[in-house]
Formats: sequence, C-alpha cells, structure tokens
Amino acid sequence: MIAFDEMHAADGSVRDSYRSYAEWLQSIPEAVTARKREEADLLFHRIGITFAVYGEDAGTERLIPFDIIPRIIAAQEWQRMEQGLRQRVQALNAFLHDIYHDQDILKAGRIPAEQVLGNSQYRKEMQGVSVAGKIYSHVAGIDLVRAGAGEYYVLEDNLRTPSGVSYMLEDRKMMMRLFPELFTRMAIAPVEHYPDLLLENLRSVAQEGVINPNVVLLTPGQFNSAYFEHAFLAQQMGIELVEGNDLFVRDDTVFMRTTQGPQRVDVIYRRIDDDFLDPLAFRKDSVLGVPGLFSAYRAGRVTLANAVGTGIADDKAMYIHVPEMIRFYCGEEPILSNVPTWELSKPDDRKYVLEHLSELVVKEVHGSGGYGMLVGPTSSKAEIETFRAKILATPDNYIAQPTLSLSTCPTYVESGVAPRHIDLRPYVLSGKEVSMVPGGLTRVALKEGSLVVNSSQGGGTKDTWVLEN
Amino acid sequence: MLSSTADHLYWMARSMERAENTARMLDVTYRMSLLKQTVAEPHHEWRAMLSISGLHEDFEARYDEPSAENVMHFMAQDEKNPGSIYNSIFSARENARAIRGAITSEMWEALNHTWLEMRRIHDEGIAEDGVSAFFEWVKERSHLSRGIAHGTLLRDDTFRFLRLGTFLERADNTARILDVKYHILLPSLSDVGGAADYYHWGALLRSVSSFESYRKVYRDLITPTRVAELLILRPDMPRSLTACMNEVNRLVQEINGPRSSELLRRSGLLSGELRYGSIDGIFARGLHEYLSDFLERIYELGDLINTTYFWSTDELPPAMFGSLPAASLSPNISSSSQMMA
Repeated sequence: MIAFDEMHAADGSVRDSYRSYAEWLQSIPEAVTARKREEADLLFHRIGITFAVYGEDAGTERLIPFDIIPRIIAAQEWQRMEQGLRQRVQALNAFLHDIYHDQDILKAGRIPAEQVLGNSQYRKEMQGVSVAGKIYSHVAGIDLVRAGAGEYYVLEDNLRTPSGVSYMLEDRKMMMRLFPELFTRMAIAPVEHYPDLLLENLRSVAQEGVINPNVVLLTPGQFNSAYFEHAFLAQQMGIELVEGNDLFVRDDTVFMRTTQGPQRVDVIYRRIDDDFLDPLAFRKDSVLGVPGLFSAYRAGRVTLANAVGTGIADDKAMYIHVPEMIRFYCGEEPILSNVPTWELSKPDDRKYVLEHLSELVVKEVHGSGGYGMLVGPTSSKAEIETFRAKILATPDNYIAQPTLSLSTCPTYVESGVAPRHIDLRPYVLSGKEVSMVPGGLTRVALKEGSLVVNSSQGGGTKDTWVLEN
Repeated sequence: MLSSTADHLYWMARSMERAENTARMLDVTYRMSLLKQTVAEPHHEWRAMLSISGLHEDFEARYDEPSAENVMHFMAQDEKNPGSIYNSIFSARENARAIRGAITSEMWEALNHTWLEMRRIHDEGIAEDGVSAFFEWVKERSHLSRGIAHGTLLRDDTFRFLRLGTFLERADNTARILDVKYHILLPSLSDVGGAADYYHWGALLRSVSSFESYRKVYRDLITPTRVAELLILRPDMPRSLTACMNEVNRLVQEINGPRSSELLRRSGLLSGELRYGSIDGIFARGLHEYLSDFLERIYELGDLINTTYFWSTDELPPAMFGSLPAASLSPNISSSSQMMA
C-alpha cells in the first residue's frame, strides 16, 4: 500500500506547500541541521518538557522526541478542515445536550437508543442537568489522518480531557528559536495565542451573572503523566493550578483555600476523569477529587470543563453515528469524512470482518492509547486467530476499519531523513463561540512502518505549519 | 495565593535554611573539637549538639557512641534522619518541584541541581579531610538559592512566604547554636580574655559569619556577654534574633489576611521585646532560660502560621462561614489579582 507523502508527489517533485521549505533545507549544510537537532534536544531537557512514565519508579520523566522537519498544511486545505471541525464539534455538543435532555435523536430513530442508554459511558446522573451555554466539550481534540489519495479522515474524537496542546506550543517556540529565518521567509499562521483563547473560552462559560469569574485548573498532581502540561497551561493563563485538597464545597459552592481565606471558584478546567471528580458521587476511593463537587455542579453553582458525561459521544460505538448527528442537528452534510467502519454487533458486518481479518484493523470499542487492537496486515496467523476468538466471545465490544495507510512526512531518523507516518490533532474550543488556532499537534510514528503515533508507544512530535497564503 | 502553594514555598525556604544551619552547627562543633579540651567528658560537644537538635534518641537507637565521625554522618548524610542535611535538601527540592510553576526556572534549576549533587556526594561518601569543604558547599548552595530568590522573584506573597520560612528557621537556629555553645563554653568564663577563650568564641562567631562583624562593632576583646548581645539584640546583624524577628514581623504584616490577628499580635510582641530588650536583663533572667523560652515562642509562631495561612477545612469553624462578609466570598474581591500571582 502506498502512503501519501506530505512533501513529495508520486513523481518525486516537491508539493507546492513545501516548495519554499525544501529549497531552504537543500541550502543548509548537514552539519548545521545536525547541530540544531542537538540544540533542540538539550533545550527540551533543560526546560524539562517531559511526561511522567507510569509503572517505572516514581518520578521518572521522559522526553517526547521532537523532529525538526515541520508538517506543512496549505491555507485552503486548513480552511476546509476548520469548517469541518467546527461543524463536527457543534454537532457533538448538540448531541450531548440532547441525550441528557429530550433525546430527540433517539426518538427520531436516527441512533439506536440501546446503544446510547445501555452504554457504560452514558451518565444517568447527568440526565436533566443544565450546563452553562449547553456546552459539554469545551476542549475537543479531533484526530485526523490522511490516507493514500491525500483525503482526510476523522480517526477519533477526544471529548473528555484531550492532552498534548503544550507540545504544540513548545514545538513552535523551539522552531522559532532554531530557525528564525524560516518564519520571515514563509507566512506561517501563529498558534502562540492558544492559552489566551482557552482562558477566554473558559471565562465565557461561567454561570450567568458572574462578572469576573475565577477559573482554576484541577490536576491529579505531579505524578500524572500530563502534569507538565497542566502546570504549563495554568502558568500561561495566569490561573491557579489546584489539586483536589485545595478545593472544598460548602452550601453547594466551591471554594479554594487561600492564605487570605476561602475564595470562590466559578469555572474548573479539570484534567481529572469523571470517575475521580467527587468521591461522594462517583468512585468512593478517589482521593484526587473534591467531596460535594458534583452536587455544586448539578446546582449550577460551578462550571466543569469539560462537562461530566462527554465520554458517551467519543466512544467508538458512537463514532459511526457522528455523520448522522451532523445531518440531524446541523441539517448539513458532513464536511469531514469518517473512516468506513464495520460494527461487529451487526451480523452482516461481522461476517465480512471475520472473513477479512488479515486486511483490517479491529479496535476495542472502549480502548484507547493504541492498546487492545489488531492490525491485520502486520499480525501473524496465530495472533489473528487469538483475536478472532476474542471477537466471537464478545462481538459488541469491537469495530473494524480498513487499514489506512497514514500519510508520511520526511523525518530525521538514525539513518538520515526518511518518511514516517503522521497524524494530526487540532484542538477545538467551544464556549460562547467556537475557536481554534490553525493546525494542532502533529504526532509521528518514529519506528519504520509503524502506524502507532502515541507518545506512550514511541511516538514523537513535529511542529505544524498552516500557511497563510 | 493558594494555601498549599504558600505551604510549599515556606517549607522549601525553611528546609534550605535548615540545611545551611546544620552545616554551620556541625562546622563549629568540628572546629571546637579540634581545639584542646578543658572538659574531661569525651564527645561532650557532640552529645550536646544532638540534644539541642532533639535528635539524640534517634541517634542512640542506631549508633554506638557520639563520636565526631558518627554524629557528622548522622547529621549530614543519614537518609533515616529527617533532620539531616541530606533530607533537608531533599525536602527543599521536593517542595520546589510541587510548585515549579510558582517560582522562576532559575530557582527550580538551582534547587534541583543541589539535590542531584547531594545525591552524588552521598553515594560517594565524604572523606575526613572533605568535611569542611562539604559544609562550605552546603552554605554556598543556600546562598545561591537565596540570591536567586532575591534577583529573580516578583516581590509578592511568593517572595514573602519564602522569606518567612527563611527567617523563622534562622531565628530558631541562631538561638540553638548560642544555647548549646554557651553552655559548653561557660566553664571557661574565669579565663576571660585568655587564648583558649579567643579560639572558642571565635569559632562560634565564625559559624554564624559574625567574626568580622564583632570586630567592627566592638573593636575589643571577645567576651561572652558581647557575643550574646551581638547574636540576640543587634538589629543590624543579619543572623541575630532581633534581625530575624524584625523580618518575620514585617512579613506577616505585609501578608496580613482575615485570620491573622493572633499571629500579628504574637510576632509583634516578640519582636518588640527584642527591640527594647537589654543584655543585662537577659542575663539576670538566665541566658539558657531566656533562649528556651524564645525557642518555644518561635515554635508557637510556626504553629500559628500553619493555622492562619495553611489551614485545612477540618479546622475551619462552621461559624466562620456564617460570619464571612459576602464580599469576601465573591470572586471580585480586590485582592484577587494578588492571589493570581
């Protein structure tokens, strides 16, 4: 299967969007790029842009590899992507509001009710709860991939607590530091104002009547893998980074403990999963959360971003219905395509998938992080047979998709520059308005042939340039 | 400012100051032990050092005799001794790590580097001829982090809580050093002005970086009364009790807050008594009694700082909520920008 290369067309010529960059790259002696790569490594170590690793001894921190060749997106291409992202996220928010209220889409028979109401990600506690501005996913990370002919697909929606945006910002800072001349040579859309947009977005979803809302970022603490990002974003926005025990609830009102006494909290940008938010409402053994928080939330006295219960909309079982949501709520045809998906709960789909396992990717409906999946073309006969048994035991647990050949981008590896597979995660902010910075985080699978870009499995990142002309 | 952030800042500074003062205390004891002893009892000063630090029980449980080697190992590098220099530096670094976003990156990098070095020194061990160099190193690292705080931090409550920790710890330590050394040196009072006296008191003054200051201030022989006066009452001596308490008192006034009245009263009282105290009055009461009482009051101030600023909701009286004026519960209160810092 031939992958689409971002930089080179099939005949070896350089694509328009990369022309200026490729000319520049050719003019730079190899010794210079080698030095710049070392410099980048050193700087990332010194600044301490790291992620904590689970399972190894506490406090272990690892760098995410950074590649100095940017991923470049043409202006028009981004415009269309941006429209598609707005449309998709608006539909997903409308869906969340609907299923936690009147459930029109279920009544209209457009989505099977049992797939929603019987799903473990559907939170009964949220039924009938009003959230500020009817916004549920204030920060959404939509993973996009580009397949063989250059067409984009949405691979998955991340509507709970998507991470990675700090790498987008640090990658840009690094590129401007290493190669300032490129930013004068080419018109590259800025992304540095993301923290401002995020803060503005969070302030816009405070309860009615609050004039100067107090926004805080709630983190599970320094042993969480994304702690660096939590501290970074809080600092960039100039808001307090709090842990559960910094907050408390009295009379359905959330306060933080300060040296000047209790101070009221209006909006919580929480980076803690639903289950751990409030030991009185969810998991009783949670020591990360705030007792009474959910009660204050239901009473409309505090905004949680993202809302509780968004998991129902980014579940893989729901993914196949997103195009239908867009038609139902927006009255429009979807701009961004879904990857064709077979549902193994359907007998016809199941039959097809079981006959073509060696060609397909099979995913667990609730899995994430690239775990619990079968990549048919790269698996052995024995692996396929083991997976077949798992599917037959609980077919409802799986979906299948064709093996997409993700697009590639030239990347520095040990042997020199070579094509490596990439994806893209733009961050879509929803509040009073929908906003985003151009581009997002480009992740790259550094192992040859690998399609898994997750940082937990050896993925790296690249700066993402959206051209302004 | 978040109570938990203030808590970390305060303990970060206290721990680093404690590491420095433990190094100073060990250094002076080591120097004195090299001098000719008039006291018959062996290891007298090392034993005294353990008892003044309140760590003798822990020591006796795990070591044989309080020899120079044993006590120095226990106080400098013992991982199991919470008061060792090793653990003080670890605690300073861990507190800094929890609030990396609230301090400057230089500050964090310096503390992190200090800890990594400490771990290396610990693994390699300190040779007998390396102890003085080690104590010098600890002092220098402490000077460095204090200097970075001065040179890089915004002068807001972040800075104030750091300073509060520094001066409270320093007051505690100066009082302890003076108490333990005075006790040991007093038998030689009859020998005032003698050569042995000069070396012993000189070592004590040097351990709190006051030897040159003493000369400048008194231009005379070193006498025990003047040493005590310098270290207790001189407001211009940066490690004296008066200087430390003046700072503490100024800082708590600047931080202020709705729960601080008792803290302000106690710190004002203590700093006022020092400011208007006399060395004759202190000696009339008995220096040891005076210093013990001072240490107790410092401890109480620490407790009050805890309940005033680092309060937990468990200790929050329900009545307090009822009586809070509505304005202080709204997010628009005037001090909110200060808290955001």
